[in-house]
Amino acid sequence: MRRLFAYARNTWRTLTSMGTALVLLFLLALGAIPGALLPQRSLNEFKVEQYIAEHPTIGPWLDRLQAFAVFSSFWFTAIYVLLFISLVGCLTPRLIEHARSLRATPVAAPRNLSRLPKHHTAEVCGGADAVAAVVSDHLRGWRRTARKDGEITEISAEKGYLREFGNIVFHFSLLGLLVAVAAGKLFGYEGNVIVIADSGPGFCSASPAAFDSFRAGNTVDGTSLYPICLRVNDFHAHYLPSGQATSFSADIDYQAGSDLNTDSWRPYRLKVNEPLRVGGDRVYLQGHGYAPTFTVTFPDRQTRTQTLQFRPEDQITLLSSGAMRFDPPGGSYPDPDERRKNQIAIEGLFAPTEQLEGTLLSSSFPALNNPAVAVDIYKGDNGLDTGRPQSLFSLDPKLIDQKRLTKKARVNLRAGQETRLDDGTVVRFDGAVPFINVQVSHDPAQVWVLVFALTMMAGLLVSLVVRRRRVWVRLTPAGPGTVSVELGGLARTDNSGWGDEFDRLTRRLLADVPGAPAVSGEKVT
Amino acid sequence: MNTEHVDIGLARFSDWAFTSSVVVLVAAMVLLAVELAYSRGRKVESAELVGAATAATFGNGAATAATFGNGATVGADSATPGVVAAEPKRPLDERVGTAGLALVYIGIGFLLACIVLRGLATTRVPWGNMYEFINLTCFSGLIAAAVMLRRPQYRALWVFVLVPVLILLTVSGRWLYTNAAPVMPALQSYWLPIHVSVVSLGSGVFLVAGVASILFLLKMSPLGRPDTEGALARIVARLPDAQTLDRIAYRTTIFAFPVFGFGVIFGAIWAEEAWGRYWGWDPKETVSFIAWVIYAAYLHARSTAGWRDKKAAWINVVGFVAMVFNLFFINLVTVGLHSYAGVG
Repeated sequence: MRRLFAYARNTWRTLTSMGTALVLLFLLALGAIPGALLPQRSLNEFKVEQYIAEHPTIGPWLDRLQAFAVFSSFWFTAIYVLLFISLVGCLTPRLIEHARSLRATPVAAPRNLSRLPKHHTAEVCGGADAVAAVVSDHLRGWRRTARKDGEITEISAEKGYLREFGNIVFHFSLLGLLVAVAAGKLFGYEGNVIVIADSGPGFCSASPAAFDSFRAGNTVDGTSLYPICLRVNDFHAHYLPSGQATSFSADIDYQAGSDLNTDSWRPYRLKVNEPLRVGGDRVYLQGHGYAPTFTVTFPDRQTRTQTLQFRPEDQITLLSSGAMRFDPPGGSYPDPDERRKNQIAIEGLFAPTEQLEGTLLSSSFPALNNPAVAVDIYKGDNGLDTGRPQSLFSLDPKLIDQKRLTKKARVNLRAGQETRLDDGTVVRFDGAVPFINVQVSHDPAQVWVLVFALTMMAGLLVSLVVRRRRVWVRLTPAGPGTVSVELGGLARTDNSGWGDEFDRLTRRLLADVPGAPAVSGEKVT
Repeated sequence: MNTEHVDIGLARFSDWAFTSSVVVLVAAMVLLAVELAYSRGRKVESAELVGAATAATFGNGAATAATFGNGATVGADSATPGVVAAEPKRPLDERVGTAGLALVYIGIGFLLACIVLRGLATTRVPWGNMYEFINLTCFSGLIAAAVMLRRPQYRALWVFVLVPVLILLTVSGRWLYTNAAPVMPALQSYWLPIHVSVVSLGSGVFLVAGVASILFLLKMSPLGRPDTEGALARIVARLPDAQTLDRIAYRTTIFAFPVFGFGVIFGAIWAEEAWGRYWGWDPKETVSFIAWVIYAAYLHARSTAGWRDKKAAWINVVGFVAMVFNLFFINLVTVGLHSYAGVG
């Protein structure tokens, strides 16, 4: 039992020692490196899969070691948890010690002040009490105490208690920071959704299903999301001739909270760097692209029109790719199997500003100057009824392989141009409207992250600026009307420059003492 | 080139100021290096004049470094009372060194002109891409060096500050040059002047700290022993003593550490506004975190027995490497949210 206790105590002591803390700090820095060098799931899932595919031997092993999710991996968590335990174990005794020291009187002078690295002696005129009063007066702002031992008066003074206070504040703020970050991860969520800028129905953040992608903390079950509805009236982008963007802004209407009962809409101009903050949530403009509009005229002259976002493939020129699926109007084919043989699918590229090399379409500019598409048009079963999840931006290749979907045409179309399939179906490219990528974020703890970050920095500044110093003055009557003054000083921390500082202090302390010679006493180097 | 948003004339003057700055700083480095390489004889002579006490501290880094806190040794040769040497005619190498120092200040002035003119030409803060950011960082480093190395006896250190600064400026001017232009929407925020300037101030001062720590390690190495022969050892002997180097490293680090910390926090506040989260382990964020942890380790090592001297200095050098890595690798090789910097 005793051995167990000793073992536990020694482990604790090792864990809370500075050397261990240093090693853990290194491990923390070292452990974060793969997080910067390897693709991370949280940032780009696609790149992780690509990396694993390209490195078939090492990739799966890295994956097993959670190297693609470094900051939530078991080993990274272990490092910072140990570091914080070490921090608490190291700082708690120091906190208690500091609280005690606030009430303690400065320690008595060592017997031999001349043994201190910095000391000074002088003979001055006046009585010991009078000189003591002057010196003590000059030590205002220091914690000081005078002790009398017969004829001899000793003054002990100490300053710089704030340094340790700042130090403790810094370290405990780090702990607070970690807790606040963790709370944010537990109770927060963020979701992304594409909204087409056509004043259309927009979207409401009432449930995770309303989002295209949704990441939530463990306590979020999606039933109590703060309701925000928004619709996008217009999107403006300005570009330099080089294609570099100079401004993005979206005119939106939104309603939140009680607006939903009265159905009142509020206007807002959503910009990069100017999120909409409402009800503790934030709405961001995170990206944009184009949604082309196609109209399909079926052989029975009925038309169907769709506007759907394409995925930007080139972030500079906004050349985009995507797919669309059209169902024949109800009633044209009474037999569902027959209807499925006559569905239309479109897949291809969209360029906001057309640039052709032969028939190869690319985009020369990101603005909607001369929109054009290069598309394959298919007829057959486009997969809308299969019940299988499909990519929004590409057709299911299996349907094409199985010949359920057959290519009928490959065409380049400009806005307003159309093409006629051999069965009389007409596919027209009408043009395009911009869409925006909206992110809704909820993090109830982020204000606390900021608060702790600021107290952390304040503590750090105090602990770096304030210096811990001790001085002792011993006054011994040396004859009629003269007092021998001995001064000694100790820099308890941060002793660079302490030599000059002590000399200045000595000069200041003896400045108003009559008969004090200019400071020239032996200087120990 | 885009003429609508930019004053081309001013932008051209800014480029000329950049070139002038590099040329002047190269000349300054050559002059200072000449002084460093050829002035050993005079130094030893004057050290002998002053007496044995100084000679013992001079060049004997290992012994002095053990007694930290004795700032008084620094410059003792000129401060020791009792020895009044007649002012001799200043020797050639010293005049060369002084001229080099004057050129350094002129070079800093040109760099400042380059930065200011860029700002005027584009009517925005002149740190919106890698070229401008590196220029500002070099400027911060040079200013930090000018403050830390203002005493004449530290002049020898300038060469070692100018080497990395000139490498950075060459890379920036040769490979990362970007035409003056407005910044992309993500950078159009009042946080751009705050975050980037604070980070580059921190980085620049860390550069001086890193140089001082490298020189400290050189001084503590066998090369720094007084009985070592050879050209390199002679140059190492010309440097200020180990304790001074260590103090420069420490002082610059405790200045840059909170500055850089604030830079990262300002970045986090901006990220919350621009990217939708305050921290997302973007590669730049990650390496900033790593660098900050390394410098935190340096400060802890400084107050841990057994880690104080060489190990702490090594940590500082590693921190410097992390900063350089953050500057180049993260912006130029990996793809992250900080990759807009006008490159590629």
